[in-house]
Amino acid sequence: MRKMKWAILLAFFTITSILTGCEPLTVLDPKGPQAERLAGDIILSMWIMLGVVVAVFVILIYMLVKYRASNQSDDYEPPHIEGNAIVEAICVGVPALIVIFLSVVTVQSNYIVESPVEVYEDKEPLVIYASSSNWKWHFSYPEQDIETVNYLYVPTNRPLEFKLYSHGPITSFWIPQLGGQKYAMADMTTTLHLGADVPGEYLGRNANFSGEGFAKNTFSVKAMNEDEFDEWVEEVKTTAEPLTEDTFNELLEPGHLGQLTFTGTHLSFSPPPLSHGSHNDKHEDEQGASDEQDVQDEHEHGHHE
Amino acid sequence: MEFFQQFAPPHPSPAIYASMVAIVLTTVAIFGGLTYFKKWGYLWREWLTTVDHKRIGIMYLIAALLMLFRGFVDALMMRAQLAMPDNQLLDAQHYNEIFTTHGVVMILFMAMPFIIAIMNYIVPLQIGARDVAFPRLNALSFWLFFSGAMLFNISFVIGGSPDAGWTSYFPLASNEFSQHVGTNYYMFSLQIAGLGTLISGINFATTILKMRAPGMTLMKMPMFTWSSFITNIIIVFAFPVLTVALAMGSMDRIFGTNFFTTADGGMDMLWANLFWIWGHPEVYILILPAFGLYSEIISTFARRNLYGYKSMVASMVVICLLSFVVWAHHFYTMGQGAFANSIFSITTMAIAVPTGVKIFNWLFTLWKGKITITVPMLYSMLFIPIFTIGGVTGVMLGMSAADYQYHNTMFLVAHFHLVIIPGVMFALLAGLTFYWPKMFGFMLNERIGKWAAWLLAIGTCVAFFPMFISGLDGQARRMYTYSEATGFGIWNMISFVGALAIGVAFLLIAYNIYYSTRYASRDISADPWDARTLEWSTHTPVPVYNFAVVPQVNSDQAFWDAKKHGHVLFKDGYKDIHMPNNSGLPIIMAGIFFVWGFSFVFSLWLPAIVTTIAIFACMAYQSFEKDDGYHIHVDTIEKTERKLGGHKQ
Repeated sequence: MRKMKWAILLAFFTITSILTGCEPLTVLDPKGPQAERLAGDIILSMWIMLGVVVAVFVILIYMLVKYRASNQSDDYEPPHIEGNAIVEAICVGVPALIVIFLSVVTVQSNYIVESPVEVYEDKEPLVIYASSSNWKWHFSYPEQDIETVNYLYVPTNRPLEFKLYSHGPITSFWIPQLGGQKYAMADMTTTLHLGADVPGEYLGRNANFSGEGFAKNTFSVKAMNEDEFDEWVEEVKTTAEPLTEDTFNELLEPGHLGQLTFTGTHLSFSPPPLSHGSHNDKHEDEQGASDEQDVQDEHEHGHHE
Repeated sequence: MEFFQQFAPPHPSPAIYASMVAIVLTTVAIFGGLTYFKKWGYLWREWLTTVDHKRIGIMYLIAALLMLFRGFVDALMMRAQLAMPDNQLLDAQHYNEIFTTHGVVMILFMAMPFIIAIMNYIVPLQIGARDVAFPRLNALSFWLFFSGAMLFNISFVIGGSPDAGWTSYFPLASNEFSQHVGTNYYMFSLQIAGLGTLISGINFATTILKMRAPGMTLMKMPMFTWSSFITNIIIVFAFPVLTVALAMGSMDRIFGTNFFTTADGGMDMLWANLFWIWGHPEVYILILPAFGLYSEIISTFARRNLYGYKSMVASMVVICLLSFVVWAHHFYTMGQGAFANSIFSITTMAIAVPTGVKIFNWLFTLWKGKITITVPMLYSMLFIPIFTIGGVTGVMLGMSAADYQYHNTMFLVAHFHLVIIPGVMFALLAGLTFYWPKMFGFMLNERIGKWAAWLLAIGTCVAFFPMFISGLDGQARRMYTYSEATGFGIWNMISFVGALAIGVAFLLIAYNIYYSTRYASRDISADPWDARTLEWSTHTPVPVYNFAVVPQVNSDQAFWDAKKHGHVLFKDGYKDIHMPNNSGLPIIMAGIFFVWGFSFVFSLWLPAIVTTIAIFACMAYQSFEKDDGYHIHVDTIEKTERKLGGHKQ
């Protein structure tokens, strides 16, 4: 099964490569397990849908050629046909089977992309808080206690767990070659599981329209092996300035910025909203004990020290 | 001076000033012309106050064609801006306003009125009725729509257009992030037009249920009437949600409430939910009547009855139900989790089954038929392959996990344009050509029509197929520019060429109308296509009372059976016909609604209060007014019928 999928993938890559002048399309050029799963789903569905399209085209052309008026005698009177139970059962049955098959595939994929990447031998996920402001991305690494703006370094072969939220309009965090996108909103934190298995530089962007500076709301992603990643973290810790509340508030002003690096994260003085299901409750002191527990869990990484 | 500053467009440009001049000149020309030729009285008596469903249909049609022009110019500007990387033609703000207005205009002020135009003209004729159930409300529906559309259209010259996308997601659409009045226009013009649509929905559902000709049971209704019926049921259930969402959004913007903001307990996703609970059924409000038109046209030109009538009806009922349980597929990526995504994914993909049934039924309607390719038929035959491609990509988008990669990209844009354009636009143009002789008494030129249809189909493919590729290559939608390094340039350039082809096709259609108006023969029968349903059994032009004698029906293609199998449609003799009186109230009320909306857009409280009171005053006046209508007497009917070429017996 896996072999066949790869054969199909390869066939499709060849076609699309020729189409695009030898560059595979970003989404179909996965560099991580989640993106690979999605690319597989996309190509599988493309082939099935191609079958449907071909069937419709063939029937249509056959009907138009065979039953055109100029092909028939003048006195031909088309019969009155009410419909046929068997034909109509096939018209319902075949599409239904296709939908059932695709549903099974989709439901499986849903659970895969919504859970941490499995293939990396139970490594602890690296948690990164990715928040957007007009029109920038802020990446907080609570474990490493550093923060970057508009660029992202990630280790390969380790599950990545992004905590997404926004300081402004709804945005969508998307690194097509590492996996699918997810919304970042102001009143709740969403979680996106990604993974990279090939070192390299990838493009990331906000995919959801967020106003004037939207088109240039991009960031670069560099995947590297874990040693290099640790080296980079050390380097940041020795060279970068600490992030203060004032600096951070300045960064939130609308506009574009280049790439910036800080030690410390904004999570300590500007905590993210709660996860899905208990959003909007920013007044922690008004909440019950269980909610306080949630807040604790949520900001565990933020209060690392 | 300060008072007037708020009305200035926030991002003035030569194009906007030119538009202002054009609007003023056109208005002056229209008013001057009407005064010079002394046509005000005629216009007021015959059109502005009419309650005749046929005239209201034609007014809807004119408005829809005007809005098509407006929406397409927006589209062309977008495609031109994106045709080259780093293009400077439009700035970000201008581009954002253009794609927002393109979406709103095309869906709500072009496709909707176009469909309602044909519905208005055809449904009463097709069910053998003399008018709709509530003729005066029908006029109010039109004028409310028109008032909303005009309010929306002045936005770009007065105060600035909405710029948060046609979906107007909060908090982007809130005062905090969208500071000029653009989004206020969105809220109030959609509110006013939406009320009109809701009234239309109630009116037509009632008309179809209560006013069918004797013998026309539900399962003997022609397919376009069936599709209109289902559509109006969807309108009645979906539009109140829009009304409520817009009211909440307006209050957020005008009165500082926090329904959708991110402060003080507001929920931005609540807007997305409400918007799409209306917005997804809206898609089927557009497509189902189009399916009805295709059913009529394909069966007429295949010279055969519609294959699988019952499964056609059943599939529409199923689509109607499913349309209300798929809305969250518009935000699979909001973090609602694998379980919710799975549910919505399955219901979404399930819609492919009834839709497939319809496609196969049309294909089997061709089977053993005697197919002639007229312009309406050509559109229908071009619709099937292009719509199928748009449809199957819809199934792909329905797969929620994979959608994480398609969401918000040009892939999505390609999908919905390849569904809406062949599905709705082709159907409307096919319907327009098909019903043109019934509406205006002459045929549109077939040769020019075929050129336009082919060019439109090819242009659509050229414009939107490249977007599948650029979408999979990572081009997000609504980006006003991109760098050369992305490699999107070539695909967008091809799209632009396609858009130009579509433009030429529209010019050909306009030329066809002009050409045929001048040169086409007026000597056509009432049934030039040799069609099958009741609307073709009355005279052309249709007399004000539609049918001199109420027809009696015993099949779903009553007129065909009358022609071929000797079934008698008109059994009784003439009797006096009771008709409704014209009324100026609908247009006056809609005018007041226009001022009401404008006042709220700019927070002008005095006129807002005055017009609110005036609206209620109009309603009170209407409810106390005694209006019994009038009778057309037998001798007048006889005279009219003789003039129109003899009795229809």
